[in-house]
Amino acid sequence: MEHWRRYPRVFWTVLSAPTFWLAVFFIIPLTLIWVYSFGEKRGIVDIEITGTLANYIRAFEPVYLQIFTKSLWIAIVSTFICLAVGLPVALTIVYAPKRWKPVLLMLVILPFWTNLLIRTYALIAVLRTRGYVNFGLEWLHDQALWLFQLVGMGPIGIQLLGERFEPLEMLYNNGAVIIGLVYVHLPFMVLPLYAALERLDRSYLEASLDLGAGQLRTFFLIIVPLAMPGIVSGLIITFIPVLGSFLTPDLLGGPDSTMIANIIERQFKSANDWPFGAALSFLLMYLTFGALALRAYLTRGKGGGLEA
Amino acid sequence: MIGRRGKSISRREALKTTIAGFGAVAAGISFGRTAFAAEEPKLNFYNWDTYIGETTLDDFKGVSGIEVNMSLFADNDELFAKLKEGNPGFDLIVPTNDYVTRMIEADMIMPLDHSKIPNFKKNISPLFQSPDFDKDRKFSMPYMWGTMGIGYRKSRVNGPITSWKTMFESDEYAGRIAWLSESRTMLGIVGMYMGHGMNAVDPVLIDAAADLLIKQKPHVKVIAEDNGQDLLLSGEVDLTIEWNGDILQVMAEDDDLDYVIPQEGSLIWQDTLCIPKGAPHPNNAHAFINYILDAEAGAKIAEFIYYATPNLAARELLGDDYNKNPAIFPPDEVIAKCQSALYLGEDLQGAYETAWTRMQAA
Repeated sequence: MEHWRRYPRVFWTVLSAPTFWLAVFFIIPLTLIWVYSFGEKRGIVDIEITGTLANYIRAFEPVYLQIFTKSLWIAIVSTFICLAVGLPVALTIVYAPKRWKPVLLMLVILPFWTNLLIRTYALIAVLRTRGYVNFGLEWLHDQALWLFQLVGMGPIGIQLLGERFEPLEMLYNNGAVIIGLVYVHLPFMVLPLYAALERLDRSYLEASLDLGAGQLRTFFLIIVPLAMPGIVSGLIITFIPVLGSFLTPDLLGGPDSTMIANIIERQFKSANDWPFGAALSFLLMYLTFGALALRAYLTRGKGGGLEA
Repeated sequence: MIGRRGKSISRREALKTTIAGFGAVAAGISFGRTAFAAEEPKLNFYNWDTYIGETTLDDFKGVSGIEVNMSLFADNDELFAKLKEGNPGFDLIVPTNDYVTRMIEADMIMPLDHSKIPNFKKNISPLFQSPDFDKDRKFSMPYMWGTMGIGYRKSRVNGPITSWKTMFESDEYAGRIAWLSESRTMLGIVGMYMGHGMNAVDPVLIDAAADLLIKQKPHVKVIAEDNGQDLLLSGEVDLTIEWNGDILQVMAEDDDLDYVIPQEGSLIWQDTLCIPKGAPHPNNAHAFINYILDAEAGAKIAEFIYYATPNLAARELLGDDYNKNPAIFPPDEVIAKCQSALYLGEDLQGAYETAWTRMQAA
């Protein structure tokens, strides 16, 4: 590809379609919502743009801060679990034999092609009281009881395990929400990590191992710092959608699992308060911009071609 | 940008012109809907889930040649939100009584032409000919009515369920209860349990209802969005607050389930058929309304979805297991204890919603 400046007309023609898409389907609607956030409700359906900051101020009331803190907490835990699971997965794919790399990458990307709703319902079928995990545990429980009886220790078995299997409550609580969020957002973490780790110069690792560092030390002292831009990208790309997710907490969560996006949804529906919903949404947007700015600031001196 | 050649455009300038151009376009974009010139044989029907007869749409197509395209919504708020910024093309909607009031005030539905709906005067019970929320049925036609109550699994409860206390102030069935996710309805029912009625206007009472729910929340397993009956059927919960027809539909599949309206009374609601402003096929919509209010079509719908029909002619065609079912047609003394939800204005609607959010956050 030549430098774009030599063929400006071609460049702009090719760029026009995505620019149009970006403008019409992204910038304009978002600007509308941003303008709404400075508005007030008038009557049942009208919104008047008065330039008021009342919606933003209302967003800092204890009720909403409480929910926001909870969402932040769930998002941090989910992102961290994604990192803990995603890093080994990415490393495995990077060091897999060449034939297997595309297959493994495909296995990670494939869930993206399945509808989010179906994936979440599938999790419900797995986690619920009469779901597959509980079926499996019940089978194990019955087998264990049978074994105890075989050995003649029936009553002790019943005492230890209980006569009837009590299903685990794995659904409709915060744990289920975290499982669901990790399940859905893992590819977001694995792919940037893979991209960063792939570009790692193997000779650094060889040098480190030659000089006497063990595998674990090499990992923490060489691999992680060198792949840091990729890790930060992965963290941001995972954290932001997790913070703003509403389907997963809606379907999998219990009464305690309301996240900020559920509240935003309610503002646009039951509360019929679009300006307030817009203000809450844009607070999330500002947070995103802040995170990206922070990332740019942290990696500003670190050029050297290792951007992920 | 140093050393620009004469002909090439700088990136900054190009960006400026593009944004200016799009700004002009955006300013010119209007979000109005164009009405179709002639009425093609189509109908866009926006309805609740599991709320039409098994063959009604096909039967109507057979009779009139009009193809009905049905979309679903989960609750009145979704319906309202969809139509708030303009009608996206729906011809017929099914709002509940208090939302009819709201939509009339917001000028979102069009007056009906009774001359195109002769079945109304013929078949509909006199009790439904002129309700408080729509005198003389200018804007709406009655569809179904019903109540809200507790659906429960008989083998897993310790005795007859008689009071809302089981759901709102007791840990007897902790971890096996489901609530409904509709803020106004739930807070109204708590209001009836606490004695101040479904339509409290004092914010103190609304907050008291929310506080009661906050106290009970740890014992609740899930706050369900209109699928409480599925959770009951699958054994996920043993008691749920749901609409009577939904519970009856799952009772048909499982004998172990039952429905009760607690002694403190409950919500009585009425769903109606309305035509939103800007509907592309209003004539077809009138024809479909008339078809639904027909005796046989109405009977087929009623016996499939298990809700109470205001259509006397349809009731004559149905047997005792429909007409004498106390869950569908509660005895008069039970109905006397029930109240309708009223639309109390935007401010109070917001107050209910904020109270519910407070409950969710706690």
